[in-house]
Order: sequence, then structure tokens, then C-alpha cells
Amino acid sequence: MFVPCDRGGGSASSDFKGFTLLVPAVSVGNVGQLATDLVISTLNMTKVGYFYTDCLVPMVGNNPYATAEENSMELSINAEVYSLPSKKLVVLQIRSPFIKNKYRPFCQTLLSWVKSCKCARVVLLSSSHAYQRDDEQLLGTPLRYLLTPDLEKAVGGLMQELNWKEMEKVAAYPGINDTEKVLHIPGGGITKLLFTESCSKGIQMAVLLKFCSEGDNIPDAFALVNYLNEWLQLVKSEVNTSSQWKIPSSWRLLFGNGLPPALF
Amino acid sequence: MATFFGEVVVAPSRAGVDDEESAEEAREETPEDREIRRELEKKREIDVLWTLKSGASTESSADEPFVCSKFIVAIGHNAAAFLSSFILDSVCWEVVGVAKLWNEWCRTSNTTNVLPTDSFCLFYRLISDPTVLLCQCSCYVAEDQQFQWLEKVFGCMRKEDLQVTILSTCPVADYKTQESTLTLPSPFLKALKTKEFKEEVRCPLLEQPNIVRDLPAA
Repeated sequence: MFVPCDRGGGSASSDFKGFTLLVPAVSVGNVGQLATDLVISTLNMTKVGYFYTDCLVPMVGNNPYATAEENSMELSINAEVYSLPSKKLVVLQIRSPFIKNKYRPFCQTLLSWVKSCKCARVVLLSSSHAYQRDDEQLLGTPLRYLLTPDLEKAVGGLMQELNWKEMEKVAAYPGINDTEKVLHIPGGGITKLLFTESCSKGIQMAVLLKFCSEGDNIPDAFALVNYLNEWLQLVKSEVNTSSQWKIPSSWRLLFGNGLPPALF
Repeated sequence: MATFFGEVVVAPSRAGVDDEESAEEAREETPEDREIRRELEKKREIDVLWTLKSGASTESSADEPFVCSKFIVAIGHNAAAFLSSFILDSVCWEVVGVAKLWNEWCRTSNTTNVLPTDSFCLFYRLISDPTVLLCQCSCYVAEDQQFQWLEKVFGCMRKEDLQVTILSTCPVADYKTQESTLTLPSPFLKALKTKEFKEEVRCPLLEQPNIVRDLPAA
């Protein structure tokens, strides 16, 4: 599935042993994907390959992180891998939705790729429908985390220090039986599947998610990426937390073209 | 999200995985379900049939990959019509293959003698240089069939020294630009090219944040 780019670096550029893999879930508001765009754009990450897969809707365009004429002509497709060896970070950006009935095979393939690359841990950026929150969740922070048991041992203490809130479980049969609790992430796409599979496969995975609704999700993306930064310290934290991230050029015109002058 | 007082409509989610769909998957698939799913998948399979020199038809998989230097693919009615009007004729080009498929939007016609309004996917070869191939695909290839189309068509040709040109159209209304699209002189051409394409492209490249989707993207 993973096809390395031919950059003359040979296999060195696709050696991710011990790296942290950052992946977005295609979820409500596309918040995970927007946050991932901010990470790739700010850290100026290098593309090292892509996923050749029949599980995602095809799309292609020119370089979404272009900063000048010279670097704007590289083609970009729906699932690409970027790397920053100095921070031991590898990022998979997913740009289109799953084809019907294909999300399970994709999850299987992704997790076997993670195991074969020997990534140290996976951080999944996601979101969940804000309107499905219960009374308690409506108050306080809209950001939540989840850790697989293997990662809990390693970083559980850090989450306590950061004062982060773990995603609550909900009753499996609300109103009938409140004792059996299950994980429920409405609008989270493949989040729950990836998380439960990682638990059973012994993969160290953390899920970072934000409650949000569809709309202008740029502020949600900033909130999520700053949340991630509290833990991974990818960029130096500034007082003005949105200025430390570089918005990619592909975020232009998210809400349509200019208006025809004849309208006025 | 309320449409009128009292009705609450479930907002469509960009997550792509509906909760009902994932709940469905969680239930055990019965043999009947599996059979239905298999039948549906078979119905949505694409058949690519190539006509050999002898005139006999054969399944694509049985053949040796053939040599191809240039492959021009026209996707959609407009692009297919462009090829019909300006390039194709019965003197220089011969039909060498057809792709048959079905989906909710179209079924390809069975004959190779097609009308411009039909849905079809035909492959032609330049008689004077049999390594030049052309494809007119005016039928809509659904999302789940695009990868299959790609593998079955390109699986039959040798990919070394192959130059592929894809012709397609998009509505001007979909073009993202600072000005309004009303004032843009249309139609206009834009291109995308891979690093390996070294020749000159005779029109501007497609600017961010515009993208191409569906079969041309695949």
C-alpha cells in the first residue's frame, strides 16, 4: 500500500522505526485533517510517499502547501505520507472520504503498515458531533483523549499532569441498563474502529478529539492542534496560540469564490 | 438542525461513515447477506474486452501486455465529443476494445457503433502507429469502480515509456478563484502534470485550491 517517493534517499527516507505517526480520521468538520494540514505546513514536512489504495475516493491537485511558483507544481493525491526525521515524526494526510464498505480493509492495512514500520506510537486526530454531548460534557473543555492500554502505561501520568479529560464512555443501553458502558464516538469516522483494533493488537495509540459541528472548522482545527502541541511540543508555544501555525495556501477560498460585481 | 418546528433532521456527516452503516457492519453477516453482497459486487464489475488482429475477442487478463507509447483518454461527454469531432475517423483509427460496466447512473451500450448520446467506453488504435491508443469514456464510472477500471485498462499495457494524456471537463461554477466565475472568459484550459512529464504544456497549470476528482483523478 505504501509507495515511497523517489527522492534518491533510498530506503532511508522511509525508515519510520521509533517514529510517532500522526493520522487524521475523516470525521465531522474534517477537523483532524485540517489540524494535520497545519502540522505539515508549519513544520515544512517533506513528502516521502503515498498510499496506493482503492479505499478512498480519488482526487488530485497541485501542491496544497505551495509557498511560491517553484514549489506549486508537484501533484498531490488523496493519501500522502510526510516525514520530519529531526522530530521523529511521520504524518499520513488523508484528503478524501472512504468508498462505501472500504473503511474496514483500510483500517486493517493501515495498522499492519504501522506494525511493519515499527512506529513507536500512533496519534489519531479526530472529532465528534457536538450535539450528541450529554449535560456534563456541555460544560468545560470540548477536547478529549483516549489511550490504548500499552500507551497508558507510558504516558498516562503525563495526561494527568496536563489536566486532560479522558473521553467518557456511555451506557450501552441508555435508560434500560446504565451499568454496561461502551465507547461511542458519533461522527468520528474510523476513530472507534482504529482505537479498538489498536487495543487488541497491542499498538500504542492515542486519540485526540474535539467536539464540534459542521461549519467553519478552522478554529476547531487550531484548538485541536494546540491540544496536540501541549503534549508533543512540535512548535514553541506562543502567547498568541494561532500565530505559531502556518496556514497552507490550499485553505484559500474555502467558502466560495469572489462575488460578481454586478450583484451590487 | 431544524427544518420546521418539531422536525429534527440528522445532519449529513463528512465523516463518511454513518453510524447506521457501522452498526450494520457490526452485526454478523449471514450467508444470505454474503451472497447478496457478492452478487452486487459482480454486477458492478467492469469487463474490458480487447479485439485482437484476428478479430476474435478475448478477456484482457489472458493477454500479454501490449506495447503502448501514447494513451489518450477522454472522459465525459464533452471530451469524448471533442475526439469524435476532431481526431477520430474510420480511416485512421480502428476499434480495438470496449469496457462494459453498470452502475446506478448508466449502463454502457453493447455495440461499438454508438451514438454520441449513448454511454460507452471504447478503445481505438491508430492504424499507422499501433502503439498509439485512444479511449473515449462517456459513461460515468462510479467511485467504487474507478480503481477497477484503472487496474483493468492499464494492466493490459506496458508502462515503460508510456505517455498518458487525460482530457476532461468540469463546470466553470466549480472553479475556485478570487474573482467571480461570471466574469471569467470561458471555456478555459488548465492542466495538471506529473514530474516525469517533460514536454511543454500549452496552457496554465491548475492553481490551488482547485482539485480534480473521479476517473480523471484516479
